[in-house]
Amino acid sequence: MEKEFFEHRLNINRRHFLGKMAMGVGGAALGSLLIPNLFKGSGGASDKLPLGIKHFASKAKRIIMLTQNGAPSQLESFDYKPKLNEMFGQDLPDSIRQGQRLTGMTANQKHFPLVGSKFGFNQYGRSGTWVSDLFPNIAKITDDICVIKSMHTDAINHDPALTFLQTGAQQGNRPSMGSWLSYGLGSENKNLPAFCVLLSKGSGNGQGVYSKLWSNGFLDSTHQGIQLSASEDPILYLNNPKGMDKVQRKKMLDHLAELNNLGYAEFGDPEIHSKIQQYEMAFRMQTAVPEITDISKEPDHITKMYGPDSMIPGTYASNCLLARKLSESGVRFVQLYHQGWDQHNRLVTEMPKQAMDVDKASAALITDLKQRGLLDETLVIWGGEFGRTNYCQGKLTKENYGRDHHPRCFSIFMAGGGVKAGTSYGKTDEFGYNIVENPVHIHDLHATIMHLMGLDHEKLTYKYLGRRFRLTDVHGHVVKDILA
Amino acid sequence: MRVKCLFIGFVIMLVSCKNNNSDYTGIPKKKTPKIVDYNFDVRPILSDKCFNCHGPDANKRSGDLRLDIEEGALKALKDNPNKHAIVKGKPDESEVYLRIMSKDSTIQMPPAESHLELTEYEIKIIKKWIKQGAEYQPHWAFIPPSKPTLPEVKNEFWVKNEIDYFTLDKIEGIGLEPNSVAEKERLLKRVSFDLTGLPPTIELQNQFINDSSEKAYENLIDTLLSRKQYGEKMAVHWLDVARYADSHGYQDDGPRTMWPWRDWVIHAFNKNYPYDKFIRLQLAGDLLPKKTIETVLATGFNRNHKITQEGGVIDEEYRVEYVTDRTNTFGKAFLGLTFECAKCHDHKYDPISQREYYQTFAFFDKVPEKGFFGAIQKGSLADPPFIQITDKMVKNQLPFINKKNSDDVRVMVMKDSADIRTTHILDRGVYDGKTEIVDFSLPKAILEFDTSKFDKNRLGLVEWLLDEENPLTSRVFVNRIWQEFFGKGIINTSGDFGMQGDLPSHSKLLDWLAVDFKENGWDIKRLIKQIVTSATYTQSTVVDSKKLEADPENIYLSRMNRMRLNAEMIRDHVLASSGLLNKEIGGPSVRPYQPDKLWSTASSSRGLLSRYVQDHGHKLYRRGLYTFIKRTVLPPVQTTFDAAARDQCEVKRHSTSTPLQALIMLNGPTVLESARVLSEKLNDDNSSLEEKIKKAFKRIVCREIRTEEMGILLNYYQVQKDLFKQEPENAEKFIEVGEHPIKKHRNVIEVASLMQIIHTLYNMEETIIKS
Repeated sequence: MEKEFFEHRLNINRRHFLGKMAMGVGGAALGSLLIPNLFKGSGGASDKLPLGIKHFASKAKRIIMLTQNGAPSQLESFDYKPKLNEMFGQDLPDSIRQGQRLTGMTANQKHFPLVGSKFGFNQYGRSGTWVSDLFPNIAKITDDICVIKSMHTDAINHDPALTFLQTGAQQGNRPSMGSWLSYGLGSENKNLPAFCVLLSKGSGNGQGVYSKLWSNGFLDSTHQGIQLSASEDPILYLNNPKGMDKVQRKKMLDHLAELNNLGYAEFGDPEIHSKIQQYEMAFRMQTAVPEITDISKEPDHITKMYGPDSMIPGTYASNCLLARKLSESGVRFVQLYHQGWDQHNRLVTEMPKQAMDVDKASAALITDLKQRGLLDETLVIWGGEFGRTNYCQGKLTKENYGRDHHPRCFSIFMAGGGVKAGTSYGKTDEFGYNIVENPVHIHDLHATIMHLMGLDHEKLTYKYLGRRFRLTDVHGHVVKDILA
Repeated sequence: MRVKCLFIGFVIMLVSCKNNNSDYTGIPKKKTPKIVDYNFDVRPILSDKCFNCHGPDANKRSGDLRLDIEEGALKALKDNPNKHAIVKGKPDESEVYLRIMSKDSTIQMPPAESHLELTEYEIKIIKKWIKQGAEYQPHWAFIPPSKPTLPEVKNEFWVKNEIDYFTLDKIEGIGLEPNSVAEKERLLKRVSFDLTGLPPTIELQNQFINDSSEKAYENLIDTLLSRKQYGEKMAVHWLDVARYADSHGYQDDGPRTMWPWRDWVIHAFNKNYPYDKFIRLQLAGDLLPKKTIETVLATGFNRNHKITQEGGVIDEEYRVEYVTDRTNTFGKAFLGLTFECAKCHDHKYDPISQREYYQTFAFFDKVPEKGFFGAIQKGSLADPPFIQITDKMVKNQLPFINKKNSDDVRVMVMKDSADIRTTHILDRGVYDGKTEIVDFSLPKAILEFDTSKFDKNRLGLVEWLLDEENPLTSRVFVNRIWQEFFGKGIINTSGDFGMQGDLPSHSKLLDWLAVDFKENGWDIKRLIKQIVTSATYTQSTVVDSKKLEADPENIYLSRMNRMRLNAEMIRDHVLASSGLLNKEIGGPSVRPYQPDKLWSTASSSRGLLSRYVQDHGHKLYRRGLYTFIKRTVLPPVQTTFDAAARDQCEVKRHSTSTPLQALIMLNGPTVLESARVLSEKLNDDNSSLEEKIKKAFKRIVCREIRTEEMGILLNYYQVQKDLFKQEPENAEKFIEVGEHPIKKHRNVIEVASLMQIIHTLYNMEETIIKS
């Protein structure tokens, strides 16, 4: 009995948040049971605030991030610049470029001919938000979203820029945003990972993704993003081996627990109990995960809303639907990547297909969440890693053009989770090249996302090799103007 | 009664939480020491809470006050010359103490916006230290170690070698007793994995268990150290340090051929190259007066960093990134310091200025290389400079390279073109922010880079590292070797010996080992033998509540740590115990079972690695260290078991326990195939079922099975067999796993039933634990 008493204390010490929880400090999520050691080796004993607790009340509980990998052009989506159509073929004035560095792909171009969107723009909703003809469904939900037209970043190439968007640093193996939130808030569902990753590819020029983007970095590996798919094996090695059904598996686990309990009696190591729990949880996941990833049982009106692709596993539409299901089930952070937005040339032919891949399902996801009353507590973020140039890369013709990478301005949108709906924020110049009003840096975006989740980006730290690391490094300001 | 006790316990916890807000660890309140020590008691507090604004970084210093040196702390305050941050012996006149105690938010320290606060204990320490004269000392890790005398201990009987005097001294200091030596079977399993990464064979088990001679254990150690698998085991950690991988690593992630360098690492450990030679070759093998193709190959160490193949990148931006990686790796791997913090500004905590960072950078900045050599389509396996390894070279000079065909292999290596470029301080660390030109040098707080003594190139850099007066090189390496065997170093932060790092749990032991290592010619096998023959290492892992309470984290080593096998060992154990392991050493990395979609869904569809092409035959059964590492999509099984990302230099792995690990052990093809193959093998002989289970247990758990365990398994076998009998098609399907040829004339039900027993053994907690 003494041992049990002691171990009980030890367990409480390990999860020191429990004491705090009991005192009712925050109505926050309990630490994930998928993450038994969530609080072990955390920011150090002296860090004031226990993890698993929000810093302040907030609406958003979960995030779905729709990363448009490859960088969709802001000039053909949300940032309407008729001036560029007027100046078709004329050189980008030096006064606008201001000597800014260019990528190796256009740095040697003699001319930088301006080119406007080949696709029309209209204003939609009460908000009068500008949206191009490529996104007719997103155009219908403009009153639910907040478009930020003044995003900017530091990197000029895909790998560092995407790494920066996801981890707050261009280089190095830092934890992904989802890992930070898993670490900070845990999971709401004990049978699912706190941070899930879904991948899809469009038909456009693709830039690969890499597991570093959903890496736990220096955090415990329990916070790493888990890749899921709506396939027969939704999580790696989730399925029982052939010939081994659930009943047999349960028998195995029972006998296994008996053996492990003998080990516990001998060594008294609490880790043995933790191991037994891990196996039980794995067993529960085997039922819980396929139930969620099985989209075949969704009613027709829902799959219709997401579009016919939603029934094809591995597509963006199917991933959006899956994202809703995961999020609804309490997954803290669902991260989608959709490849194919890198239109260096043939933008006019490629981009409509890319847009068609994502337009209907992105809008459906937001509508679906809204209809279920979940949009308030779910933050949806849509966007790429940087923008595209207002001048043409390569040969400019009347029919087609391409755009190079442009870190100085780009557009994203957010919805739900305490964001001011039906607004556009920030402004670029008439050339769509520089920001003239309310710039939002990647660090600011991160600070704002954390704030919407009830976390102070300056306080959620992890001490590693002598330094307290944050998602926002030593920067970042919350963009208060877009908070509802 | 039990319920009541638990309830009371809970209430006590709640109350203690409430009363002691800042101390969540629940460790009983520490008493302040009689004599407060700057290095051990005070500096960690000042460093963590004050140096960010009042430390070494000149540009960010507030109020012109620095507290990291005595002179700064004692001088008159800039904004109030009558006041001083510290007045020796007088806390009540010292602004440091007054400001900490102040409730006035305009002057309180640390300021609210820093989100830092001092605990009651920390405040007491500061006060006491000032009262006792506020004496500063240089940072312990920057003072060259001297060999301490062995402490006196009570229980001399327990001691086996010098190490034990130091540990026992501490154990007795907290009123505990060390454990006695572990059971032979368990000790054998532990040391076999620790020295070779493999389980003991049945023959070795029998031999060692039956050897009752006094020298039995020592002989065992000598045997294990002489095995070729020793080099493989030791290489795994070094590959983490060297961020070794088989692909280039950025978004478009093509393959590279650095594996001959990996073969060299295995060779170097097996030949027991002394540590000084080991690092001299890797850091400067191309500059040695007597350089050979082998010494040049060794310099591949500094070319293992990631290289971009993304079209359109700015060449210089990436070239600077590579040199940065080498500089940071140098700092972490050999000096245990966080050099990277000084790239953009003076280090916030440690005495490394930004200038010194770029002076160090200069050593790695003279390589005739490009930041962008070619896009993925070019398919470069090795960007210049490289060496081209021919069959003839392998035959005559590099026999340790496992070259599979007659094609030449290119390996990236180091080369200097002295006049190729000047090295500049880069403003805020940005590649085009060139300011002042700097020359070769190294942080003087560690050791002055005396150019009359050291060459101004990487050779000089190595001699500086190996200099008698260098305080870090030996300590850092000895500590990491210790970490390999105990799970954590004598300094827990094995990558940070600086101000913000942890303090050593046994500082004298660390110094003793560091000096002894150097005195004995940097002999790595000797060091390891010392460690594994100590009473500290060989003691059992059994723990009781007294020990758990007094020392829950086992800092004082009154028992051996129970540790999980690492990612590679788990794979190797499963393969070795089933008899599937292919013991071939070295050669190109291999691609074992892995779902194809993992690579294809993530890749851009460009390059040779856009799809996973699985290997077949004996290549499926190579040791874990030969699994192909594509950096952008790491081998999932290894990552789940906490293998390093090979993105940058890593000196320590986590050890977690998650349900995903359970899924791999339960449903992964390698474990299942091993269970099937071993079952077929055991079913082949005429022994009784009990005999078969006994054998399997011994191979997998590495000890004799106990009666109780046998009871559980026999019973389970019957249950499972009945189930398979009812549905024989299940048994058929179950044994259809893996590509290893099936045994002819097998009894399906019996093979399947025993396979399930073996599979259960693979999933036992103890199986993947060194206990």
